[in-house]
Amino acid sequence: MSRVPRYARPSTVAEALALLADGRWRCLAGGTDVYPALGDRPLADDVLDLNDLEALCGIAESDGDIVIGARTTWSALLAADLPPAFDALRQAAREVGSVQIQNAGTVAGNLCNASPAADGVPPLLALDAAVELASQAGTRRLPLADFLRGNRETALAGDELMVAVRVPKAAARGRSAFLKLGARRYLVIAIAMVAARLTLDGAGRIAEAAIAVGACSPVARRLARLETALAGRTAGADSDAAVAAHPFDELAPIDDVRGTADYRRAAVREIVARAVRLAGAPRDAGKAA
Amino acid sequence: MSHAPAPIAFELNGRAVTVEAAPAARLSAVLRGPLGLTGTKVGCDAGDCGACSVLVDGAVLCACLVPARQAAGRRVTTVEGLSNGAVSALQASFLRHGAAQCGICTPGLLVAATALLARTPQPDEAAVADALGGVLCRCTGYRKIVAAVMNANATAVDAATLPAGGAVGASPLRLDGLAKVLGSERFGADGWPADALAVRVVRAPHWHARFRFGDLQAWRAAHPGIAAVFTAADIPGRNRFGVIAAFADQPALAEDRVRFRGEAVALVAGAPQAVAAFDPAGFPVDWEPLPHGLTPDAMPPDGAPLHAGRPDDVLVNGRVVCGDAQAAIAGAAVRVSGSLDTAYVEHAYIEPEAGVAHMDGDTLVIAACTQAPAMDREETAAVLGLPVERVRIVPTAAGGGFGSKLDLSLQPLIGLVALKTGRPAALAFSRAESMAATTKRHPARMTATIAADADGRIAGMLFDGTFNTGAYASWGPTVANRVPVHASGPYRTPAYRATARAVHTNGPVAGAFRGFGVPQATMLQETLYDALADALGIDRLALRRRNALRDGDATTCGQVLAGVGIDACLAALEPHWSRANAEAAARNAAGPVVRRGVGIASCWYGCGNTALPNPSTIRIGIAADGTVRLHQGAVDIGQGANTVIAQIAADALGLPLAAIRLVGADTALTPDAGKTSASRQTFITGRAAERAGRALRETVLRYANVSDGAALALDGATLVLREGEAVRRLALGDLPADGTGLVFCAEETYDPPTTALDADGQGRPYAVYGYGAQLVELDVDTRLGTVRPVRVTAAHDVGRAINPLLAEGQIEGGIAQGIGMALMEEYVPGRTENLHDYLIPTIGDVPPVETILIEVPDPEGPFGAKGLGEHVLIPTAPAILNAIRDATGAAVTTLPATPARVLAAIRAVGDER
Repeated sequence: MSRVPRYARPSTVAEALALLADGRWRCLAGGTDVYPALGDRPLADDVLDLNDLEALCGIAESDGDIVIGARTTWSALLAADLPPAFDALRQAAREVGSVQIQNAGTVAGNLCNASPAADGVPPLLALDAAVELASQAGTRRLPLADFLRGNRETALAGDELMVAVRVPKAAARGRSAFLKLGARRYLVIAIAMVAARLTLDGAGRIAEAAIAVGACSPVARRLARLETALAGRTAGADSDAAVAAHPFDELAPIDDVRGTADYRRAAVREIVARAVRLAGAPRDAGKAA
Repeated sequence: MSHAPAPIAFELNGRAVTVEAAPAARLSAVLRGPLGLTGTKVGCDAGDCGACSVLVDGAVLCACLVPARQAAGRRVTTVEGLSNGAVSALQASFLRHGAAQCGICTPGLLVAATALLARTPQPDEAAVADALGGVLCRCTGYRKIVAAVMNANATAVDAATLPAGGAVGASPLRLDGLAKVLGSERFGADGWPADALAVRVVRAPHWHARFRFGDLQAWRAAHPGIAAVFTAADIPGRNRFGVIAAFADQPALAEDRVRFRGEAVALVAGAPQAVAAFDPAGFPVDWEPLPHGLTPDAMPPDGAPLHAGRPDDVLVNGRVVCGDAQAAIAGAAVRVSGSLDTAYVEHAYIEPEAGVAHMDGDTLVIAACTQAPAMDREETAAVLGLPVERVRIVPTAAGGGFGSKLDLSLQPLIGLVALKTGRPAALAFSRAESMAATTKRHPARMTATIAADADGRIAGMLFDGTFNTGAYASWGPTVANRVPVHASGPYRTPAYRATARAVHTNGPVAGAFRGFGVPQATMLQETLYDALADALGIDRLALRRRNALRDGDATTCGQVLAGVGIDACLAALEPHWSRANAEAAARNAAGPVVRRGVGIASCWYGCGNTALPNPSTIRIGIAADGTVRLHQGAVDIGQGANTVIAQIAADALGLPLAAIRLVGADTALTPDAGKTSASRQTFITGRAAERAGRALRETVLRYANVSDGAALALDGATLVLREGEAVRRLALGDLPADGTGLVFCAEETYDPPTTALDADGQGRPYAVYGYGAQLVELDVDTRLGTVRPVRVTAAHDVGRAINPLLAEGQIEGGIAQGIGMALMEEYVPGRTENLHDYLIPTIGDVPPVETILIEVPDPEGPFGAKGLGEHVLIPTAPAILNAIRDATGAAVTTLPATPARVLAAIRAVGDER
């Protein structure tokens, strides 16, 4: 018979990092990805239960950043007082699974799970978010775009723990919107999704645009050329024209049970155009349809 | 620390508890197991269904995703703690509104709604939907749940006490409802004895393969805690089962060859901890994959048929022919043709198959969820080599069935373990296992042509369909025979040729699913009616009324009908049709991106087995203590048979419903009321109950020597008979009773008068048909292909609404399944074995439903009643397809109409223009 696996529930980050330095662990926070992945197999890994790490809960401000603790749940994020630039993230929070999932699932867990359809990723990319990774060797910060390396693949080293997600205050400006396209109303994995954040100039034109698309490539992506093309335009027919002219060739959609690659290519153009309009003139947002 | 169990202390439903549990064990398992609170249900173990919702410090969580250690020091509230033993206002509201059908999702809904109501005592519909969006329900269509939560804090009106003779047509609280809202209902996975062996099934990972076991005894010896391993070699009886005896072809455990992925090959039984740690990857079995095909046109070329004696893998051909359809079509003024492909559809009941078996002396007792206890008994006895008398089936509550729990699943497996070991044996399928191993709706590939005269009268119709019946027969023959009878729709069709075949593949076994192939065929027929109306320039509703069957008309089988209600249904929809079309025209006038569409479709459906006997028997008696015992063997899978059959029996007997006590279902206590299938229980078992009630009444009247005009009443243990001024009082305790304590008793059987069909399908396949028509209004986003139903208006002819509230519940639930089939449900074998890739409607996907109950009495039905359970699903999907076409011009011909397919169809129309 195999040995009984280890279970540890550290109460300090230092303790957690010491354990991570000493072997391979499965980190358990909200449990909303760990348990579904088991199916009917037993949990046979060494489990590092993070749920006593109170230091990782909550949202705070540092000099330059808005700091989202790694254990912050989607519900906690929804309840927080955040500027309009975070509207896309808040709208995404309401689309993560169900209330049950939002009450348990954490922002950091969503990133570490690295699903191509992770709801939290496009809004955080549009906020220029970085992740803070700690180990006994110290702490490093990586742009979220560099942390996510592929489908279920991240830059997290075996001895590292994500302790925070940091949004630079410089990026917490303007307004944002999030649209998720799915085949039913609740509890749905996105066919495609987009977060758009715009800052407007004094004349109401787009000064800066941050556009990120999820579920249309192995990792959600910012659309840098489209962002450039949108600068100087107004949200509406003018921005629609820029979206229509954009080739979207940075995306690599696939055929799966939720939709075809062709459909994703067509639909993403539409929801990007709509998200830009919404961010330019915010109204109801959330579901694409 | 390790995963080894350790004490965890917390507050559970207001009481301090300490439980030994592995720290990372799922809280749901700890609540249900060592803590014994089985009100928290497990539907998926993945956070996809919400059945295990509990409150932790007031926040609603899926207990299947919470590590047990997380509960330490917190307040945990389960459904059992919502009311402290009483009935909360919310629970009472669920009962009053008929918001619980099968009851398996009810605890999760109640818990999630409690969290909402704590914050928002008077929520609006949007708040209710947001709060309950994470709990799936497969029975109700959610509308009554929304109403129950919104009105939870309204003043409750006491359910009226129904007088003798007043039960039929009223909507008393369902007789089995209280346990459902309290969470105390016993489903298949509840109430297992503590000493039960746990059982796991080893299943095939290949679509088609030969296999050989390695050294099973050595494997078992190397796995402490595993008590036994069983294979086909251990099966004492005939290792073949199937719902239709002549086609029984499925082994309980495969012998040396598997024909589909997920087929059972071996059982592992032992201590729960050891079995929980079982990893099938290490089991000693060698597989030799064989060529396979998952669709009829993808079967390996030149391969032998999957089953000897079924050349070309054809299981059954069905056919109905009347007149010369080819000639009628050739000579008609207008003709339309089309084709339609549909997907495997999964039943997705929230309760996976579960049960426990034990030996009671020489008798094997199986308590499991089922729709067909008598069939389970016969088939399990045959597989295990037991006389039927030595098998007793005690159905637990079924957490949804919809057809798939008609077939054997775990019964012979846990039965074998109990029989061989002498110990109780318990098994609950995982969600993935339930989806992989049990039956589906048949995928269909169909073509049809319908022709009409210039004035819009149908001249003739051709229909052909191939139904993928998967690896084993199951209900494939029924689908092949039912479809040709129904493919005309409820319309006069003087010349007709309909053929259908059930064809084997290595796909999942396709069996019974609400409508037996008729929903698929109706999608093609009803969409062609819209095309025909357009070609004729006739209003789509008017075309249907012009051709609707009427009393005295003959069907395509040559059966002359009486009590036909389809035109009454269509007529009832006319004002709604006018309003909806006017609203759509106004909305669409400016050419919006989101366009409104309006669609209509009809249904008819024969109640009971097709051209085969299917009797039901009901026993009813008056006990010495003054209770009326109704031995009711018709399994209530949520639809309400326990209540409806009792209402019928009460009025036939002439005593108030409140006097009746239900007995059963239990094959040891209740006579065979047949299977809960084919929309037959209200009609057939209802008719048996009516006969039994009347027979008991006559027995009593004769004993008391009073006329049929006498009124009966119970006064404690005294039966009071009043006739005019004369009063006779019978002290029941003074009269001789039978061995079961009954003083008066009657047992009656009813078998609907049908005839076999000849080679052209001519005859009388059903004694009673039900009818319906639904109108769907929806919005189509023409740039995304997304479809949002806005409103459904449903008119169904039920003959007599025995219980209007339950009838509405059936209609709303059927519509929800129709929405799923139309827009999102596609079971892709091997790829969608969970409830996040396989999508069923959530509370946000079912729009308001207006139900119109039409009562055109049927001469055969009890009190004129007809069946309803399957009818309700049939019109929804074709009405949706017709509404999409109305909105956009796009004809979707591959189901489901996902956003990708709808957008492609819209673009195809654009390309044509």
